[in-house]
Amino acid sequence: MNGSVGISQETVTVSSIEKQTWRNNASWKRFKKNKLALFGAFILLFLLFVAAISPLVAPYDPYVSNVNELGGYDVLAPPSSEHLLGTDSLGRDMLSRIIYGGRVSLSVAFVAVMIATVTGIILGVIAGYYGKWVDTLIMRITDVVICFPVLFLAITVATILKPSLFNVMIIIGLVSWTTMTRLVRGEVLKLREMEYIEAAKAMGQRNSIIIFRHILPNILAPIVVQATLQTAEAILTESALSFLGVGVQQPVPSWGNMLNEATSIMVLQFKPWVWAPAGFAILLTILSINFVGDGLRDAMDPKVKN
Amino acid sequence: MTFSIMQLAPGNPMQTMINPKISAEEMQRAQEKLGFNDPLYIQYFKWMKEVAQGNLGYTVKTGQPVGKLILERLPATLLLTGTAFLMAFSIGVPLGVYSATHRYRLPDYVLTVFSFIGISIPSFFFGLGMIFVFALKFGWLPTSGMITIGADHTGYALFLDYLKHVIMPATVLALPTIAVVMRFTRSSLLEVLNQDFIRTADAKGLSQQKVYLKHALRNALIPVITVFGLSIPFLFGGAYITEHIFNWPGMGSLGIQSIVAREYPVIMALNLFTSMLVMFGNLLADVMYAWTDPRIRY
Repeated sequence: MNGSVGISQETVTVSSIEKQTWRNNASWKRFKKNKLALFGAFILLFLLFVAAISPLVAPYDPYVSNVNELGGYDVLAPPSSEHLLGTDSLGRDMLSRIIYGGRVSLSVAFVAVMIATVTGIILGVIAGYYGKWVDTLIMRITDVVICFPVLFLAITVATILKPSLFNVMIIIGLVSWTTMTRLVRGEVLKLREMEYIEAAKAMGQRNSIIIFRHILPNILAPIVVQATLQTAEAILTESALSFLGVGVQQPVPSWGNMLNEATSIMVLQFKPWVWAPAGFAILLTILSINFVGDGLRDAMDPKVKN
Repeated sequence: MTFSIMQLAPGNPMQTMINPKISAEEMQRAQEKLGFNDPLYIQYFKWMKEVAQGNLGYTVKTGQPVGKLILERLPATLLLTGTAFLMAFSIGVPLGVYSATHRYRLPDYVLTVFSFIGISIPSFFFGLGMIFVFALKFGWLPTSGMITIGADHTGYALFLDYLKHVIMPATVLALPTIAVVMRFTRSSLLEVLNQDFIRTADAKGLSQQKVYLKHALRNALIPVITVFGLSIPFLFGGAYITEHIFNWPGMGSLGIQSIVAREYPVIMALNLFTSMLVMFGNLLADVMYAWTDPRIRY
């Protein structure tokens, strides 16, 4: 479910670029020119594809400990032709766990960003559009939340709640909505003063119509960019939480909790295949998302000329 | 600019109020364990009263005063974040200037990719990688701790010993900020270089170096101060993981230990403490604004 949802997010971005008028066509051209962004998009699509079909590509069951020819569990085996990336301390195939871990990490990040984005849009639009004390209240709460480092807050909340896949998604979503709220509020404030909004108001259109038909479509570009960049951050937070043992719990594989094994010096020093691939997987994913996000930002900024 | 102070000012009382409120829930859990069952708001006011008197409570298991526990750990964290902070700006700004002055040439592209990697690499992976390479494979640097235990270094030797221990965690902590500072410096410098007064300076026949360093950089650094403010919560948040990996005896590793031990009073107090530090940092950033930019008056 998760991977394919991620892909559709990507295609929504692309098709919304292609569907609209000349300006957005120009942005698509600009995006295509940005080699780093294209490279990122390519890698990202590949990762999403692998995550979507992971049961088909994973060579082993990621939950089952493998038995060697002597009858014991094949624990911490170095990479071989049988296990391309070796096995972990419980004898599970690392490559399969990486593939499944990607599925888990990406879906956690995706759901978390959905939560953060929806919360951010709702609060931001309310604060920006209605103003007055509602605005003050929402922005003060935002200020308060911003004062806590995201990771710090996430760790604290994660400690209180029971660790589960679902809770991790909610936690990350709930600690990272502030940036989106501020962004949306700022954009709405800018638009609210435009003549066409005033015209719509003068025509007696309802607030909900103004918001959904006249404001939201016009602030879509910065929202998409922000959501993309936030996905990178969500993956980072998830892996950090899982690394510390308060995020995704074993036996469910996640790139973060796979690195947890490296806290043992023995594993760290002599069994690099147990932790290095997961780390590189995180790095590669976040790197490509950041490339894409940056490319989108440059491409969709109307101020940038070709 | 007065606006931003105004923004900060009403935030402050709210801050101190809401902050323990979040923690009050944790407190209740802790108290339930100990057999207390007061309504939430009474506990909240109790806690507030104690905090106002400077008492942050006691640990559930050993009964140590939390305030003392944190104060013991504070210097180590401040040393680490301070070092990282210095590194971030003393490395980030020159790299940004270099990148801007070599715009669209090879060094610029290399530095751009580097900065992307800098913001993308998870700190724990980078930290483990550093330990793996520099401590375990080459054995150049110690894997953990702040000073060599048992070795009674003094003066210069102590400083060297500290330096050896701090370099890896500080690098890990500073890397994302280095990258961000670099990007900010680059784009801000490029923007300034397009302005009229730079052309005037060029036309006056000032040397390139003088134009860049004296006229452009001073103006370009003003937006970079924003990063200064933003980096403070980031550094303290990052200290959690970095201290955990490198066994640094600071607030971060205390936090992790408290989480494992479910020591809610400690976690609560740490939250309060960090948010206060962050607010102080924001205030400092505002003061820095006024100091670097003579146009800003409060």
